[in-house]
Amino acid sequence: MLLIAVLAVTTAVGLFWKSRQGRVRTVVAEDSLLPTLAELGEQPGERATLLQFSSAFCAPCRATRRILTEVAEMVPGVRHVEVDAEAHLDVVRRLNILKTPTTLILDRDGRVTQRAAGPPRKADVVAALGRAVP
Amino acid sequence: MIDPRGPRFAAWITTFVLAAVLLTGSGWLLLAQAVVFALGIKGRSPYGLLYRRLVRSRLAAPVELEAEAPTRFAQLVGFAFAAVGTVGYLAGLTVLGQVATAAALAAAFLNAAFGFCLGCEIYLLFKRTTPTKGVPA
Repeated sequence: MLLIAVLAVTTAVGLFWKSRQGRVRTVVAEDSLLPTLAELGEQPGERATLLQFSSAFCAPCRATRRILTEVAEMVPGVRHVEVDAEAHLDVVRRLNILKTPTTLILDRDGRVTQRAAGPPRKADVVAALGRAVP
Repeated sequence: MIDPRGPRFAAWITTFVLAAVLLTGSGWLLLAQAVVFALGIKGRSPYGLLYRRLVRSRLAAPVELEAEAPTRFAQLVGFAFAAVGTVGYLAGLTVLGQVATAAALAAAFLNAAFGFCLGCEIYLLFKRTTPTKGVPA
């Protein structure tokens, strides 16, 4: 009985988690993150920046890096920046990063236009850039 | 770098073992799983060995390799819960044993069935709660 309950609840949690994993959500434009990028010692892209937060114990961070690097190479003026979340906890708290990988898509002015927690799909990132890059 | 299907295979075996612990209430079986977790922290999980010996040769080469650290982190968390659960069952605190086993089972099942990555979800949350000052860079 206990086993069935645990498996049922876990399945529900898993389905919910899976449905949200890597989904690219639109964010209401906040302050520019250009000062934050400077603080991290990173340059923004000319037209947009893919800001990825990673950590040591994150299995899909590598796959996310590959996807975002490919997109940055494909779309001119877009730069991929990967940050070790653990080394910048103040920035992580300020930007409310809860898990890795988390990807923020910044427009040319450094404002967040979209964000994805979990590895995003390549097509979703490209579509999101279509909105971030006029 | 490891074949990511190895930890998934191991997570399925872990799921079945922990399910058996919940059904039987056997502290000794949970102790055995705790030992497996402990070996896994060192990257020497018997389930991983089973995968490499029996399964991998029958499959195509992996599409993408993964870092080993996330798996070891998950094994460490699994060990902590299995250790608490073992103490619970063997000391007659059955509810403690059941709660700890259920938590470990949930994490193993999420990993096996959905590719849930425990380190991704909890490591940064844990780090965020520790003060920045005094933490070595």
